[in-house]
Amino acid sequence: MPDPVNGGVAAPVVAIAGAEKVYPNGTRALAPVDLEVRRGEFLTLLGPSGCGKTTLLNLVAGLIAPSAGTLRWWGGDLSATGGQGRQFAFVFQAPTLMPWARVAANVRLPLDLAGIERAAATRGAAAALDLVGLTEFAQHYPRELSGGMQMRASIARALATSPDLLLMDEPFGALDEFTRQRLDIELATLWAARSLTVVFVTHSIYEAVFLSTRVAVMGPRPGRVVADVPIDEPFPRGDAFRVSTAFARYCQRLSALVAEAGAGTLRDPAIVTP
Amino acid sequence: MISNDAPSRALRIAAPALIAVLLLAAWQGLVVGYDVPTYIVPSPWIVLHTLITDRALLADALAVTLGIALTALAIATVVGTLVALLFVQSRWIEMSLFPYAVLLQVTPIVAIAPLIIIWVKDTRIALILCAVVVAIFPIIANTTLGLRSVDHGLLNLFRMCRASRWQVLLRLRIPGALPYFFGGLRIASGLALIGAVVAEFVAGTGGQGAGLAYQILLAGMQLNIPRLFAALFLIAAAGIALFAATMWLSHAVLSRWHESEAAAPG
Repeated sequence: MPDPVNGGVAAPVVAIAGAEKVYPNGTRALAPVDLEVRRGEFLTLLGPSGCGKTTLLNLVAGLIAPSAGTLRWWGGDLSATGGQGRQFAFVFQAPTLMPWARVAANVRLPLDLAGIERAAATRGAAAALDLVGLTEFAQHYPRELSGGMQMRASIARALATSPDLLLMDEPFGALDEFTRQRLDIELATLWAARSLTVVFVTHSIYEAVFLSTRVAVMGPRPGRVVADVPIDEPFPRGDAFRVSTAFARYCQRLSALVAEAGAGTLRDPAIVTP
Repeated sequence: MISNDAPSRALRIAAPALIAVLLLAAWQGLVVGYDVPTYIVPSPWIVLHTLITDRALLADALAVTLGIALTALAIATVVGTLVALLFVQSRWIEMSLFPYAVLLQVTPIVAIAPLIIIWVKDTRIALILCAVVVAIFPIIANTTLGLRSVDHGLLNLFRMCRASRWQVLLRLRIPGALPYFFGGLRIASGLALIGAVVAEFVAGTGGQGAGLAYQILLAGMQLNIPRLFAALFLIAAAGIALFAATMWLSHAVLSRWHESEAAAPG
């Protein structure tokens, strides 16, 4: 089904149709999934451990190939759209910084690898560091930074390329609650300011509600998407949103969905609208 | 760190120095007290005296041995690193060649040295070769391990950025392997000296290019035990100096970023 305007406004950023993943040892990590990532949205994959969130994210990133089904990026396959200069960026669970390189050198790595000219790469890295508020730590080594600051450096590295699609795999999972909440607010602000398209993985219901425009609830054995919940709340979202009744209602609904998915009562993908 | 009261820098030098003084004093006291003849155990004082009176002879010998050890270490470092780089290009290459690297390691140098000395005309080159054979294994093994021990997340990141094989090697594998490489270098520095000394024993060359091992051999035959001790002392000192130099180099390169070399932050 070739898109007439390949990569045009009509095409979703990622269109997943019946994609599943079975590993060579027979483990069924992901049952067939249909999911669209639309331009400018903050989509969160929410679910307990072992429900295929990371597998789905890796499929979206093109890091692994589906066993069956198709994925289309900007209406085409990855080699074609990748050739059009579309940029992915990935933020991992750990900061994954090169310990031997200063923060600035870490942030400019994707630009260097892409063969961007030196001066432009330096400017790009400085701008990205400014976005996450790490300008004064540019010449530090990663080990001299706190966990939260390392994560911010990791996000700066992802933003340095001005990615068309930002993929984040439980980026704040290892941080303490206070740091995590602060970084959530910063991320929401960045998302709004830079009109990013984000696919975010988490097992925290609160984080999912706080950040997302849409939450895909996933269930285990085998991993599958069981519900698709839009979070229709205005941005910017701040600490006031965390204590609002709307926030509490969304959390309740999502935790009920996660519980049902775990108990296996929700067999088929269902669209739940608020 | 387990203990809170980590020894201070001064104490770390003072404590071993005190032990040295105590041991030397005991040695001097026992030799003088029991009237031990010099041709069995010379007193430290006589050894020191010999070091000074025989300094021209011993300095020449030290220069020869150190020269062989350092040349061998340099060759082992370059060749060993190149072999490690070759190994990580493919599992097949490593699988096919690694057993031979092990073979080189497990065969005692004393057993191969006579062959090398027969095959290679120039004795100096033969001695260097022997020392290289001994010193190269830790460089190969450690550097290969280091080049393979890549952070998986970083490797994924490089792949997502469509980094070339060359970029991965230059920007990821080589910097990541440095701590392992320096670990290997530290071991190799000691082994190069041992290799040089052992090979010299086997070769038994005298005359112009005689090293410390030959001086020990000769002094033993002549029952010139103080000179034997003096040469032994110089070999030990050279070994310690080599070790300290590699430690310093490792610290200079790694201290900013690697845990093993960095002081606790804050």
